[in-house]
Amino acid sequence: MPELVISGNYAQSYAAKLARIQVASAYPITPQTAIVEKLAEFVASGELNAQFIKVESEHSALQACISAAALGARTYTATSSQGLLLMHELLHWAAGARTPVVMGVVNRAVAPPWSIWTDHTDTIAQRDTGWIQFYGESNQEVLDTTIMAFRLAEHPQVRLPVMVTEDAFYLSHTVEPVDIPTQAQVDSFLPKRDLADTLQIGTAMRMGSFTGPDLYMEFRHKVAKAMERAAPVFAEIEEDYRAITGRDHGGPLPTYRVDDADAVLVTMGTATTTAKGVVDELRAQGKRVGLAKLRMFRPFPQEELRRLATSTDRIGVLDRSFTFGAAGPAYTEVAGALYDASHKPQVRDFVAGLGGRDITPATIEEVFSHLLRGEGSEVTWVGLKRREGVATHG
Amino acid sequence: MNPPTYQTEEDLPEAPIAIVSSETIHTASWRTFRPVIHNEKCTKCNVCWKFCPDAAIAFDAQGYPVIRLDYCKGCQICAEECKPKAIEMVKEE
Repeated sequence: MPELVISGNYAQSYAAKLARIQVASAYPITPQTAIVEKLAEFVASGELNAQFIKVESEHSALQACISAAALGARTYTATSSQGLLLMHELLHWAAGARTPVVMGVVNRAVAPPWSIWTDHTDTIAQRDTGWIQFYGESNQEVLDTTIMAFRLAEHPQVRLPVMVTEDAFYLSHTVEPVDIPTQAQVDSFLPKRDLADTLQIGTAMRMGSFTGPDLYMEFRHKVAKAMERAAPVFAEIEEDYRAITGRDHGGPLPTYRVDDADAVLVTMGTATTTAKGVVDELRAQGKRVGLAKLRMFRPFPQEELRRLATSTDRIGVLDRSFTFGAAGPAYTEVAGALYDASHKPQVRDFVAGLGGRDITPATIEEVFSHLLRGEGSEVTWVGLKRREGVATHG
Repeated sequence: MNPPTYQTEEDLPEAPIAIVSSETIHTASWRTFRPVIHNEKCTKCNVCWKFCPDAAIAFDAQGYPVIRLDYCKGCQICAEECKPKAIEMVKEE
């Protein structure tokens, strides 16, 4: 297929269609709605041979996908913010039952106060549910990662659900040129699901039923090991995807101009593109700065971070969410990953862009300026509006 | 079918799926009071069977209710609902 100029939301829809999903179930919520509207169009026009199950809530949407996936169907859903929070119980179910559901999430701030703009709190709050998590930077990356997500979720060594996120409006409602792989390319990349570990029609079986203290821990350990295996399996999958489409997105922690960098900024989602521009400007001024994008948050790329830490003395983490009573979630994970590293850079947290506030080049310049000086507190809220005379940071 | 014997993580299926009935799992070890049915008072109305939240009541050949003690958790709902007071709750030893 040719290049299309489409939104991040439609990138999700096209990816699910190309993956030949068999069951979709979703409940509309801004800014996710267009994803499933497009899927419903594909089903109605006959371009996509799938069951579209209409439900009364996100909780039921995910339950429908889990049940269909438990019977061997390839399933997809999409949601955002409050809808994802309503799914929380079923998120645990999908992972614990080892159903390879793929979900698109449009990152949107959590109420109150009410907001429809971007923020990572919704998906970060799901980090302990056993879902693999990818954060997208561009519509092309969203489409490619979603296609790859099906193969990762269904891989016999993994069998875990995957969510692929995109920042509200910056991607969900912004159109970009996206190269759409052909159906033949995707078919050769993504085989049909095998039916191991599924319920069989005609056979009495139970899923996820009562397990006593004698064996519950062992089932949880299986999930833990599957999540660990997801990292090397994804590396193989992305290599295959590159062989077929000519494209990859650099693994779980792609880096930009980090060689000889005095300071590296760790970003997630669309702030990455802005930060790359600032890195180029600062480099032109002779400042040695670089960037690493936390593309995969679960499993967390510990090894990649430790390798990155060997070549820089300062790491800043740009968090688009905050864990109350602690710090930014990406910061705590990065700092935790480096605690046992041979070389420990100074790590600083910069909280920015909550509730859709723009992260501009000026925001990133301010962050690098702090980072390069190595001053200030461990956690800084960037650009906080406070009365004159009150410190604007910390 | 006999229940598989699971001892270690390696014995378990990857997904928590079982191919045997949940009857193989006995869920009554924490019972404190055991229902004892006095057939001489029982009218065979089946109310105990209807109210049992765990399907732990069966019937004998004469149609009298029989408590399935591998599953009865001793919740006492049957005794509470039994109009002729034919079910007595007896403390387990």
